[in-house]
Parts: sequence; structure tokens; C-alpha cells
Amino acid sequence: MTTHRLRSMIWKEFIQMRRDRATLAMMLGIPIIQLLAFGFAIRMDVRHLPMAVYDESRTQESRELVQKLQATDNFDVTRHVNSYAEATRLIDRGSVRAAIVIPADYARHLKRGRPTSAQLLVDASDPNTSQNAIAAAQLVGQRKNIEVLTALSRSPLRTETPPVEIRVRPLYNPALKSSIFIVPGIIGLILSVTMVIITSMSVVREREQGTLEQLIVTPITRGEIMIGKIAPYVLVGYVQLTAVLTLGHLIFHMPIRGSLLVVYAVTFLFITANLGLGLFISTLARTQAQSMQGSYFFFLPNVLLSGFMFPREGMPHIAREIGLLFPLTYYLQILRGVVLKGANFLDVLPQTGMLLLLALLFFGFSVKRFQKRLG
Amino acid sequence: MRESFPGAEAVVEVRSIVRRFGKIVAVDDVSFEIFPGEIFGILGPNGSGKTTTIRILCGLLQPTSGTASVAGIDVLKDPDAVKSRIGYMSQAFGLYRDLSIEENLRFYAGVYGLERSWRERVAWAIRTMHIGGQPNQLAGTLSGGTKQRLALACALLHSPPVVFLDEPTAGVDPAARRLFWTIIRGLADQGTTMIVTTHYMDEAEKFDRLAFLSRGKLKAVGTPAEVKSGFGAGKSLEDIFIAMQEREGV
Repeated sequence: MTTHRLRSMIWKEFIQMRRDRATLAMMLGIPIIQLLAFGFAIRMDVRHLPMAVYDESRTQESRELVQKLQATDNFDVTRHVNSYAEATRLIDRGSVRAAIVIPADYARHLKRGRPTSAQLLVDASDPNTSQNAIAAAQLVGQRKNIEVLTALSRSPLRTETPPVEIRVRPLYNPALKSSIFIVPGIIGLILSVTMVIITSMSVVREREQGTLEQLIVTPITRGEIMIGKIAPYVLVGYVQLTAVLTLGHLIFHMPIRGSLLVVYAVTFLFITANLGLGLFISTLARTQAQSMQGSYFFFLPNVLLSGFMFPREGMPHIAREIGLLFPLTYYLQILRGVVLKGANFLDVLPQTGMLLLLALLFFGFSVKRFQKRLG
Repeated sequence: MRESFPGAEAVVEVRSIVRRFGKIVAVDDVSFEIFPGEIFGILGPNGSGKTTTIRILCGLLQPTSGTASVAGIDVLKDPDAVKSRIGYMSQAFGLYRDLSIEENLRFYAGVYGLERSWRERVAWAIRTMHIGGQPNQLAGTLSGGTKQRLALACALLHSPPVVFLDEPTAGVDPAARRLFWTIIRGLADQGTTMIVTTHYMDEAEKFDRLAFLSRGKLKAVGTPAEVKSGFGAGKSLEDIFIAMQEREGV
């Protein structure tokens, strides 16, 4: 292997990448568009959630609680209802996004310094919205506590537990996934798309257009052809990773709690595993159209079973087992762990090990097949 | 037209090569020699074993038995070394359509390991091959004749002693074909051995010597005149070709 031949191959690949404006725009534009689309769709309309009030207490104290909730700007009282069932029905229909339920004994308990609670029902199908609303409501509850406790501390009636509690009951999405949760998913997804679809198409194009036939009669080795073709895409992958991380951090305030070094290092394994899949598809396909179809065949289960869209915990056994074959499954766990939760390298060692195993398996197998097919 | 080259050292030597694909015998005990500076034709109908023979000589395919050497290198023992000593131009346009003339040349110069001398060689190729127009023009937008000459230019950048041309003039207009043959003759006169496959019988007269293949077997080898007389006087090569096809029932 000479560096000169390899350099020529990479140089040529970059020129072709630059000339193919549509693919270039797709590789660099889609990560950003997807991030904005997913992120903003979830984040929009955070304040002024329409709220129904079911006030069984009908006292000055209960009205004060409602008014304080409204004062946070997170809630607008749009309806007053007379039953719990009506409140949930309004949320079901989407007429309101939240409902506050204040029990009949609210004021009586409060006056006597006994613990009491109001319930806030929140439509949590839109997680970021509800998270903000919930936080605001809980803050209102805490302020009231301090107020009550301060008042009580001067009276002989002492209490151990906080007197007012706003119990939150998120509906539809109890796990409270938020838009920051989606960012690692988008990184994994975009890298998969680029490495599998675009790499396999680029390899198949050489065969389809007859340029490979010309190339294999030159001194360039199969290894040089292959590395020269895929190396530029590794770089593209890292550009994508950096772009999504940066935008996710700046626009959606996604925290980056763990080590970026771990993220970038593990990403190499993920890229390698996916390149292996891309090469494998390129050895099966004769035309670019076939390679596109092949990629989609891989792509859907990748999205559905990896935990990108649905939590793997809720999947049937067989689906969960199949998901274990996809590098994205492990990569998502690593990214979410390191970026969002601040996990260190040791925490994600098992997933990294699996990723390494899959990368060696896919890449090794595909390289063998690729070399055979070249001759 | 040149004479044959008795006594000269052969640059390509093929000895009893056989290549089987399963039960099919694509090349069946073929032997011939090619001498430096010759334009050597390999003729035959489709399926006659032309392409298989060329692929063996280029080191892409191992023969089932027999020996072959190209430019002093044993093709069986060192197929990779052959590749830097030969030029190859495939039947279909094999260059990058989305690269310019100059970029294609520069890429192949790099692939052939020309490090410092690539600028001179690229300039030489553009001049010798009459590739006019803009060096920045994309290869995909060139005419058939210019594409063909650009492909030949790429195959010649590293000054190989032996060049293989697989059906080089297919789909090229007559004026461009004439220019192409003039260039080929010029290169041969300077000592480059050109090995050309074709099924255009009118081009057979342009070869110094030729080998006639049919169903994997070598039917005749020699100058066009020798081959003709071997099949009976007064017949054109085209007549012989058609007669051979009919006899074989191809």
C-alpha cells in the first residue's frame, strides 16, 4: 500500500463529493434540518397552556392557588369543570393541555396546618411542554409551603410534612422524554444514513459506471480502493456529529455532561460498523437503485428496534433480541449515557464492547466479500 | 504495414493457456507470441474467448493451465506486478464522468505512482492524444472520440511497454476512428506494443499481426495476408470470419 495511490483515491473521492451537490446538501443539510424539525416541533408553544380548573374546595385559598399557577404564565385558565371525568375528557380531546384538581378539604386542611394536595393533570404527549409546566406548578406548590410554614412557625401548631403538595400526573408519556433526548438519536440516525446508504451507493456507482473495471487493471490495490472510498465518509460522519452536537447544545440547551473524547472515540466504532453494513450492501447490489432498496431494508428495523423511536423496554421479546444486532442500539445507549447523564467510559464499557464486536464482525466480513467481488 | 518480427524477443508469450469456467472451456490451449512495437489484433466473434484471454494477460484471471508472460513478468506468479507494466482501456468508457479531463489524468497519474512527473505526462497526453478544448471540461460531456482518446491517454501515462485495448473503436464515428488509428500507429512506431480486440473486420487490415479465435480455440495467427492465404486465396477476412461463424453454428 503506497500513500501516494491512496492519497490520489481520497483526492478524487472528495472532488466527486463536491461535484455531487445533491448528495453533499443531503449529507450536511439533513442533520441540521432533522435536528431543527424534531427539536422545535417538540419545543413549540411552551407557555400559556390552556388549563381546566376543577375546584371542589371553592374557597379563597383554592382560588389563590389557581391564580398563582396562572401567574407563572405557563397556564391559562380556559375552562371550569364540575367533575374529574370532565377534566380528563377535555385533555383527551385536546381542548385543554392541563387540569388542576383541588379537593374539597383543601382549605380546611391548609388552615389547620395539615398536609393537603392538589392534583395537576398534564398532557405529557409533548414532553418538553409538560416538563416546563410541571416544573412551574411544583414551584408554586413549594412557595406556598414556605409561606404556610413560615406562618405556622410563629404559631404553636407545628408540622413535619410540607402542607401543600401539588401532585403531578403526567398523561400519555410518563417517561417524560424531551427534545434533548432526541439529539443523540438524531446523531445516530444521521450517521447510519450516511455510512450505509451513501457509502454503498458510492461504491456501487463505480461498478455500475464501469470505472471499477478500469481501476482494477492499475497497480492500485483493493485495500487502497476501499480505504480511499470510505475514508472521506468517516470525515463527513465526524462533521455531522460535531454539527448536531453543537446545534443541539446551542439551540436546545442539550447538556454535554460526559467526556466528548469518549463520544468521538466510540463514534469511530459505530461508523466502522455501519461502513461494514454499507460495504456489505454494495457487494449485493449491482445498481445504485438496488443499493438504495437494500439500505432501506436495513433502515426501518434500525429506526424502530434500536430505541430511537420507542423505548426498547416496552418491546416484545423477539423485537428486543433483533434490536441487539443493530449498532445503533448500543450507540444510542452510549450517547444518551455519556452526553445526557454524564456517564464515563467505564459505565458504557459493555455497550462499547458490543459495538466493537459488531464493527469487527460487519467490517471484516464485508471487506472479505468486497475483495472477492472486485476481481 | 510492418513485417513480422522473426528473431526478436517476444514481449508477450502465451503458452498453451486453458481457462475453464465450470464445464465451459472459454480458452482452449491457446499459444501465441507478440513482439515489441507490434499492433496485434485479437479477433473473433462474441464468446470466442477474446476477453478471457486479455483478462488473463492483465493478471485479472488465473488460467486453469498453461503459462503466460507479459513484459518479462510471469502473469501466473506475479499478477500484481503486471499491472504497473501495462496499460488497459476497457470497452465501456471507464473514466470518471464527473471529473474533468485534467482531473482524470491527474488521478490516473497518481494511481500509477507518477509523483513529480505528473504535470509533464499530463501535458504530453493532452498533446499526443489531440484532446483539445478545455482541460476543465467534465469527461462525461466529451464526444465519443475524445472520451476514447482520453481513456487511452490515462492508460499511457506511466509509459507502459504493452497496452491492451478492448474494442476501442466501438461506437465512435469514422473520422475519430481514423485519428485513433493514426495515434495507435504512432505509438507503435515508437516501440509500444498495442494489443487490440475488435470485431470490426475492416480494421483487421490495420494490424501487423493478428490471432483469430473461435470458441476458445486459436484458428489462425500471423499477418493479415498470411491469415487470409491460410483460409484460401481471394477471400477477405470478413468472408473468413462469417464462414467460420456459420461452420461453428454460433
